[in-house]
Order: sequence, then C-alpha cells, then structure tokens
Amino acid sequence: MNATGTDELTVTEAADTVDQAGLEATGNGDAERMFGQRRLRREDPPLLTGESRFIDDLDLPGALWAVLVRSPYANANIGSIDTSAAAAADGVVAVHTGAELAEDWANPMPCAWPVTDDMVNPPHHPLATDAVRYVGDAVAVVLATTRQAAVDAAEQVIVEYEPLPAVADPEEAAANQVLVHPDLGTNVCYDYDVTPDPDAVEAAFSAAAHTVSERYVQQRLLPSAMEPRGTAAVPEPFGGNITVYSSTQIPHILKLMLAITCGVPEHKVRVVAPAVGGGFGAKLNVYAEEVLCVALARRHGTPVRWTETRSETAQATIHGRGQVQYIELAADDAGKVNAMKVRLVGDMGGYLQLLTPGIPLLGGFIYHGVYDIPNYSFKCQSVFTNAVPTDAYRGAGRPEATYAIERAMDALARKVGVTPEELRRRNYIRPEQFPYTNPTGAIVMDSGNYEPSLTRALEMLGIDDVRAEQQRRRDAGDSKVLGIGICTYMEMCGLAPSRTLAALKYSAGGWEAATVRMLPTGGVQVVTGTSPHGQGHETSWAMLVADQLGIDPDLVEVLHSDTAISPLGLDTYGSRSLSVGGTAVHLATEQVIEKAKRIAGHLMEASPDDLEVVAGSLQVKGTPSKSMTLQEVAFAAFAAHDLPEGEEPNLEAQVSWDPPNFTFPFGTHVALVEIDTETGDVRLQRYIAVDDCGPQVNPMIVEGQVHGGILQGVAHALWEEAVYDTDGQLRTVTLGDYLVPSAAETPGFELDHTVTPSPSNPMGVKGVGEAGTIGAAPTVMNAVIDGLSHLGVTAMDMPASPQRVWSAIQSAERPTAPQEGSAP
Amino acid sequence: MQISLSVNGVSSTHDVEPRQLLVYFLRDTLGLTGTNVGCDTSSCGACTIHVDGDSVKSCTMLAVQADGCELTTIEGLAAADGTLHPMQQAFHENHGLQCGYCTPGMVMAATSLIEEQPGLDEAAVREGLEGNLCRCTGYHNIVAAVLAAAGTTDTEVSLAGTEAGVRS
Amino acid sequence: MIPAAFDYVRADSVEAALEALTEHGDEAKLMAGGHSLLPMMKLRLAVPEVIVDIGRIAELSYIREDGDELAIGALTRHRELETSDLLSDQCPILHHVAHLVGDPQVRHRGTIGGSLSHSDPASDLPAACLALGATLVAAKADGSSRRIPIGDLYTGFLETTLDPTEMITEVRVPKRPGTSWNYQKFNRRAIDWAIVGVAAVLPNGSGGAPGVALVNMGSTSIRATATEEALGQGASAADAAQLADDGTEPPDDLNGSADYRRHLVKVLTRRALEAAGSG
Repeated sequence: MNATGTDELTVTEAADTVDQAGLEATGNGDAERMFGQRRLRREDPPLLTGESRFIDDLDLPGALWAVLVRSPYANANIGSIDTSAAAAADGVVAVHTGAELAEDWANPMPCAWPVTDDMVNPPHHPLATDAVRYVGDAVAVVLATTRQAAVDAAEQVIVEYEPLPAVADPEEAAANQVLVHPDLGTNVCYDYDVTPDPDAVEAAFSAAAHTVSERYVQQRLLPSAMEPRGTAAVPEPFGGNITVYSSTQIPHILKLMLAITCGVPEHKVRVVAPAVGGGFGAKLNVYAEEVLCVALARRHGTPVRWTETRSETAQATIHGRGQVQYIELAADDAGKVNAMKVRLVGDMGGYLQLLTPGIPLLGGFIYHGVYDIPNYSFKCQSVFTNAVPTDAYRGAGRPEATYAIERAMDALARKVGVTPEELRRRNYIRPEQFPYTNPTGAIVMDSGNYEPSLTRALEMLGIDDVRAEQQRRRDAGDSKVLGIGICTYMEMCGLAPSRTLAALKYSAGGWEAATVRMLPTGGVQVVTGTSPHGQGHETSWAMLVADQLGIDPDLVEVLHSDTAISPLGLDTYGSRSLSVGGTAVHLATEQVIEKAKRIAGHLMEASPDDLEVVAGSLQVKGTPSKSMTLQEVAFAAFAAHDLPEGEEPNLEAQVSWDPPNFTFPFGTHVALVEIDTETGDVRLQRYIAVDDCGPQVNPMIVEGQVHGGILQGVAHALWEEAVYDTDGQLRTVTLGDYLVPSAAETPGFELDHTVTPSPSNPMGVKGVGEAGTIGAAPTVMNAVIDGLSHLGVTAMDMPASPQRVWSAIQSAERPTAPQEGSAP
Repeated sequence: MQISLSVNGVSSTHDVEPRQLLVYFLRDTLGLTGTNVGCDTSSCGACTIHVDGDSVKSCTMLAVQADGCELTTIEGLAAADGTLHPMQQAFHENHGLQCGYCTPGMVMAATSLIEEQPGLDEAAVREGLEGNLCRCTGYHNIVAAVLAAAGTTDTEVSLAGTEAGVRS
Repeated sequence: MIPAAFDYVRADSVEAALEALTEHGDEAKLMAGGHSLLPMMKLRLAVPEVIVDIGRIAELSYIREDGDELAIGALTRHRELETSDLLSDQCPILHHVAHLVGDPQVRHRGTIGGSLSHSDPASDLPAACLALGATLVAAKADGSSRRIPIGDLYTGFLETTLDPTEMITEVRVPKRPGTSWNYQKFNRRAIDWAIVGVAAVLPNGSGGAPGVALVNMGSTSIRATATEEALGQGASAADAAQLADDGTEPPDDLNGSADYRRHLVKVLTRRALEAAGSG
C-alpha cells in the first residue's frame, strides 16, 4: 500500500451510546451486582494445587517425543544430512529431514498479513531443505519413545553446512550488501507509507519554531512466558480425525491454519489449548513444531509430542519489537506540535510468521499518541535479517509508537524550555474533540480525556517535593541522582473491526463469538471464542452473565479453548477479549433473556414486554407475585411441551459480534528512578499508573494486568535485550543471560484510574491487557534521561544497562550554564 | 539405581537412571505434574519443591540425590480434606497468580521462606523470592500474598491502597 | 534439558570418594550440592562419564573453632553459613557473603567446598576467602592431606591446582572478630553473578594485613595486590582503590566491557574500603 489508505479504511460510526444500565446500576435492581466487584478467581484452586494440566503435563499413551535439530549457523546452505547414527540409536523410531517431508505440506507456513500487494514473502516449511536463515532454523526431527532418547539421538544427526555471510542488524540489512535470501535479490520485505498530505507536513516543518529529530532503537525482546511452548498431535488413523493440543493463545486460528498448511480437512481437526502458562503474543502464532507434529502423527499413525526447552525458546519462538525509529516533530514557539514525521526500519527476521509484517503497522497509524498533531507522515521499510522472526509481543507496534512520541515529547520539552507535563497539556487532544479523526484520516478515536490522568499521577507522586529533592541532590553533588519520567499513552485496542482489518489487508476478521445456554436444571453454560491463559475470563464472563440474569455466578460455567466445544472464535490477543468477546457474551445473554421473556410471557399469559429480570426470575413489572424463575423457563424450553407458536426449543443464543471500532484506552504513568552516577546503576524507586480502561468488570483482575504489564515495560527499558552478534549468533539464550526481572529488583506499583467509557460497545469497556507495557518503557526511559539531564545526557537506547548509563554520562557534554529546558 | 523416598507422605522405591533429574522423576515417574519446568539454568524456580523441609530447585538435583529424603510437592500442600494451605489461600485472596505456571514453585519457595524468616517485611519477601520468576503479576500481588500469609500487616506504602478513585 | 548419561557412584565417606576418584581419574567429577556442575551437565557443556556423589558425607558438614581459625567442612551448605552464629561472630564477612550466593533454593543445596573448588571467577565465596586468607585442606587417596592457601588454588577459568584424585575436605579461615569488612556485589538482578565484586577485610588494629579480593576481574578470583600494598603503606581508600584494576584482565561480555569493569572495580573497591572504615 503506497497511498494514505484513507479511502479504504472505513471506520464505522460509533455504536449506540453506552448502555448506562450496564455501567451504573445492576440493571435489574439487584444490590448484588457483580460488575465492579473484586471477585476472587475461580481459575485459581486448580492452578494453586498442581491440578491444572499444561501441555507437558498431558498423559498421552504411546506418544513419540519429537526433538528438532537446529542450525548453529545464521545463514548457510545445507549440504548432506547424515541421520544414520541417530536412526540406529536406542529408542529412536524415525529421523526425518526437510526433504523427506516435502510432500507432507499442502502450503507453506502461513503469514496472514500480506500488508502490501508486492510484499516479499519467501515460502518456508517447518523443516528447512536447502538453506537455513537463522540460528535455530530446524533441519531435521528425531522421533523416539522417550524424551531422553530423542535428545540423545538429535546430537547424533550430522549436518554439513556451507556457511554464508549473515546480517542481523536491520539497517545493515536494508543496505542489501549481505542478502538473507540470496535468491530474492533484496532484503526488503515491503515499503509502507501513511502520509495524507506530504506538502502540508513539509510546510509545517518549514514554519516550525522548534523541531526535534530523534533516533530510537527498539531492541529485540524475548516474550518469555514462563511456560515454554509445547504441542502434541493425537491422530485417529481409522477415524480420520486429529486432535492437536498446543500451548497456544489461538486454538481457532491454529485449527484453520493447520488445515490449510497440512492439507487436512478443517472439520477433521480439533485443537485444544490446555492450561496455558502465559502467552504475551508469543503464543499468537502458527509454529513449525505444531505443523510438524500434525504431519508426523499422520505419517506414523501415532501421537507425537514436542516440548520446547527454555534455551530452545530463544531460537524457536518469535521475538518482539525489533525496530529502528526516526521521529521528527515540528512545533510552534509555545511547543504546540503541528507536524510529525516517522520513519521505521522494521526487523522481520529470517521469515514471515503469522503476523510479522503487520506489527510495525499496528503502531503506524497512531504515532501521534494522545496529541492533536494535524500533519502526519509515517513511512516504514521492513527488512529480512538472519535472525528469529519477529511478531506480536505484548502491545505489538503500539509500545514502539508510544515510546517514540513520548520520548520525542520530552526532547521537545527540553528545547521549548517547559516541563514535560506542561508540554503535554498544551498538546493533548481535548475531551470535546472526540470522536477525533486522527491525522491519518483512517482512525476515529472514539473517546478520551487525558489531563485528569496526568494531574492525578503527578499528585500521587508529589511532584513538587520530588523535584525539590532531585534539585537538592544535584546541588549537593550527590552521586545518586533522581529522575522523574512521565508518559501519557493511548492504545488502539479491541482488535478489531473486520472492515478495518480488510483495509489493512489482514486476511481474517476481528469479530468474536459467544453462546449462552441455560440448562434445564438451572445452570448456565457460556461458550466463548476467547482463549484465556491467565486473564481470568472464566471469572469475568460469569460475572457479566450473572448480573444480566440476576443469578449466582457460580451457576455459570465458562467453556473455552477447545474447538470441539467452542467451534467459533478468534481467540485472545490485542486487549480484545473483554471489549469484543465479553460484548458477544453480553449480547448473547440479552438474546437468551429475550427468548426467556417470550416463553415465560406465553406461560404466564403476559406480554414479554411487561417482564423484567429480578434476581433470577422473570417477573411481571409491578406484580412481583406473578413470576417464573429462569430455571423454570429453561426447563419449559427444554421440555418444549408448551412453547409459543414458532418458538424453537431450548434456551440458547449464539452471537458473533463485530466491533464497530477499536477502543482507545489511555493513561498517564510516572516513574521515579535513582541513578548511581558512579556505576550507572538505575533502580526504579516508585511507579505510578493512572489508567483508563473504562468501566472495570473486576478491578482486582484489571490491577493484576496492569502490574504485570508495567513490569514487562520496565524490563524493556532496564534489563531485557535479545542480543545478536555480527555473525548472527544469539547471545542471550538462557534466563541467566536474558534478564527477566525478579521481585528483588522491583518495587510495588501505585495505581489509580479514571473512567471514560467507550461509546463503541454496550458496556463501555476498553481492554487493559497491554496498557502497562505500552506506558512503562517510555516512562522509565524518560526518567533516566531526566535524571541525567543536568549532566548533559539527552540520548540513550534501551535497555538502560549500567554500562550504557555510565558511558552516556562519560560522553555527555556537560552544560556549563543552566541548560536549556531543564525542568525547573 | 534404586532409590527409596517419601513424596507427600507416601513412601516408595524406584529404579531410576542416574541422569534423571528429580523434576522429571516427579513428573514422568510419579505423575506429579504440578511441579513445572520453566528453564534449564536453575534460573526460574518453577520447579521448586521441598526436600527435607528446604526449598530446592528440583531441576538442579538428580533423582538419585533424593534417595532417603522426604519430599513435598505442590500436590502435597493442601490438607487432605481439600482445604488450601494458608499460602495457597493467600495467593488466591491476593490475586497472586494469573497464568499459574510459576505458581507451584512460587508457593513452595514462599512457604519455605516464611518458615525461615517469620514476620519478614516486604523487602525480605522480595529478596527471598529472587530465585523465582513470574511473567504475569509484576510480583506486586505475590509479595502481598506472602506478606499476608506471613501475618505481616504493616506492609509498606508501595503496596498500599490503590483505590483513590478519580473520576473523569 | 537432560544431562548425557553417566555412571553414578555414591561415596559415603571421604575414603570412598577418593577411591572412586583414583579408579576413574579424569573421567570422574565430584558432585557435592551439584549447583555448579549440574547446570553445565544439563546444557551438555560438561559431560562427565562418572559422577561421584559426595553429598552424603555428613562428617564434612560443620563449622567449628579450631584455635585461631574456624574450620568449615567442605560440604557445609551456604544456608548453614548464612545462619551460623559462630560465623557471624568470628568471621562476619563469610556469613554475609554466603547470604548473597544465588537464591535461597541454591543456598539450601550448594556447598562451600563445591563453590571454592569450581573456580568460577564470578563466584562470591572464593573472593571472600581470598580476602580472608583462607586455607583449604585437600585429601588424597593415600590418606595424606595437604593445606593449600587459597591464593595458590586457582590457575584458570574452572581450573585449579587440585589433582584429579584430590578432594577438598575443609576450609580454614582465620577468626576475624572485630575486623572491618565489606563486600560489594554489583549485579543487575539479585540472582545474577556479580559483574564485579569486591571483598575487603581490614585489620583495623587487630594485626594482620589488609585483604582485598576481586570477583569477575579475570579468569580466576584474584587479590587486588596493588591496592593491598598501598593500604599497607597507609594510602587512603580513594587512592588505594585507584589501583584495584592493576594486573587484572577483566572479561568483556554482555554485562560489561573490560573498560567498564576496570572503572567499576575502582568505584566498588573505594566503597568497600570506605564502608570497612578505611580512611
């Protein structure tokens, strides 16, 4: 896509105004309303006792263990592969190379997001045949009767490689000096441009009183869910079906893609996500091992399973981020920003995975963040590198966008000579501007009210006292200095309106499905297409339905993550589950109530319109004595002895809901760091987050999501980095080298919230899964820069490691006079 | 090699390969899959169990080294009647878990920690859990849970109320 | 990850362990707590053919007074060290540093003998023992034993002067009650090895020479001899610390360049000396 896309991106008008009954009171006059309560999670007891079954816990009689042989080279032609010793080893059933399995694939590994018509997408299969393109690219697989036998035999597979030059740095790759795929003749995957009015952008820059021009590196991150991946395929050789268990966020998408890739009829495939130990986007993919296990299980007529080791994770599971960002702002004398230009170099890695090319674009339409910036240019060139493919990691494109604008705003504040908060106040999109058509013309932000979150966060910090202490330490020449960082973020959540996805050339839709079914004995089954792996959907969806039906949430069972039970769905990612999937549940429950009213009205000889739900019963308004319990209605629907003319038996409704728009949560985060200027050590002392995800179904769960998200963003800023050396060797393979933080490096977090409902769905909800991560990295980095600004430090890349901080201090040009723009 | 040991109060004898890691003995031989494997460098603590009362990373111990030992795994923590152990209950009540994968190891590490340091404060909890990684919770509610289970009431400001309630 | 197969010998006594070492020679590895060796075996960076498990030799787990010294059995666990009142009174730096090793689970299994004999320059206890001037007792199969000043033990990364048929049975450290001491461990996460560490033991009028030893400043744990000499000649903490990188060959890795480590070691040495009360 080379134009603005404005014509194609149709954003539907906001949905009906928010159902105030869904926000304020119970709607059913019931004081026991669940919505908003800190209800403990029903998911917990099995997880706390070891009862839950994760993928590696499954007992699969007769299953063969698969272990993959992976390339130690970043770029190489494959010569001979000698599998004879491995095949003869004890316990080994088979050893296969890519060439042997070439006929097993109906299609290459899937990329669902061909972002432009001319995007380059080199086909690849679960096992490489001719060449490997990154360290970890798999070339052979061993099947053995035990885990140990497979591991031992894999060491005996002898592969001859002809090493080729490799390139791991995306900007070097863009120069096309070393080619990742020599046959393609270029490393460029695609170019993308969102610039509605180039002349206006240039004019604004020409007229600017202040400009900033910054370069930021979004280092590669390892998503690092605590559970490594795993998968198992269990065939029925005579029945023809195949059941695939996988540690995945996306059982529904996986089912479709396995069918396409392996050439299995989709109706013969069942995918089950058992207990899943975290995903963060890394399990939002279709992986070689999943496809491979299906093929091998079919080929051998026996179950085949694979469990990733942690050291394998770094080479076999997608990486996050991986962008180089150039951002320029043009502002008037008062610091009001009139134009921005962004240029990205996106690091795709060796191949395209499910969503790889689309990730930079998820931020590409919202680099203006929370600011009213009328003139906009976003250009992205994405390139292949000899590295593990990148893809979605918590926030996916939006943390990168937020980081760039929020750091650039701090840089601008220093130039203009105002505090970061004052510059932000001058530039926020004002509440009365919503719905706000953003400068791309493609996105309509449905709601927002940013300043209260800033005011509250600064109040919680005690900004005046903290700045005074900061100054006191500077004046005293203390080697330990303080830095204060501020970020107001906005995210585009609730993925996604299907028509918008079509305009972005994403291959599928963004709806979500739910079925709500009242059982004749009074219980309720909710079948959801979301696939929770820590988010607590069982608890929250039950709360929603319990409110609507006026019943105890313990009567509501929530079924998910098995395509035989929940055949329709688009799964869990992109902070979509509540605003899209929860809305589907809400609407299906409404339909159940409507049907119950028709049946109860018929049985009680009352008009359905005169009935209301009161504490689990349908009652004739004003006549409490005339009522039926919902259980009685459900039984009547089940027995079907006496239903209204034309009414189907059973009390059940299924809804597929396609959201009319994204949701736009926001918030302001503030960090206080202490920096040891002698060693470069940065310690996070306080972290304050004032988020607005709209009405909160379960604040306990919301806070948990924010806590975890914050630490992942803090880790992005301070500790984590997947490091490739110039030969394309990955140097951070274990959790000893890749620095996932522990409790010992971390403070508690101070949270508050504002509530600005989204008008785009009936409950006004917006989503919170990625908020913390989106806000935290720029907040912390702004704090680090602020803390060192008196020493002349204005630039630093992540992670702010002690050495990097120390080096920045050493190389900074210390201002001799009070420097321009330092915080007063 | 033959080993005899007690796991969650049940004694048994097994032939094991010397190289078998204790965690795989528990999971594959005894079927006690509550103890999870999250890494291969003794970093993450997901596999933490008690060996003779002490928290130990069962991925960094051979099954043969456990010969004659008394082991407790997450499956052995709740009471026979199903009542959760106070630490499990505290994790539940404080939302100290999300995906739950680190949780068995975290709970086992935490029970050992508060037994060794009764009345510990927030800093001691954080330091004492240095060997257990969680990717979901940011540790905030885990720390709150451990403090609650330890009976520590004077939690520090950083864990104080978050309900100031600005409304826009 | 699964270690490669090996033969397993359990030794219930020092004699049995030495006998097994004599029988298997270079192919054998002693395993005490296993917390240095097993992680390497899981990644197949170490592939010993025979493991001699000495973890059950109960007679080697003790901390007792022996004249002017403390005698610590080689199989004494870090947990015992960090909770020992005797150690706290008589050799507080060792008590303190033991608490900084790994994490609680590691300290429940890891042993002082295993840690000292592994010869990992990033390890905490060797530096503390160097600063203290500890002596190791090594036993041989013929029933003899020798005392090795810890300064003579380390020859390279994971290499020592220990003979393949020798094992450390005891660690002897001089009692240093009332000495001033400090340990600076600089790392990014609590669980990590030190990027640089400094152990300082100052005589503080109680006789003896100052001991300053460094973590991760070369292929072995080493003493900062130039700093020690300067202190002996009355240099200030700040001046003596400037010499801390003298003669070191610090590694260049993901956590820090050699130059950065040279800088850090000076800062940390100054802090250690100042905290230990040296002017």
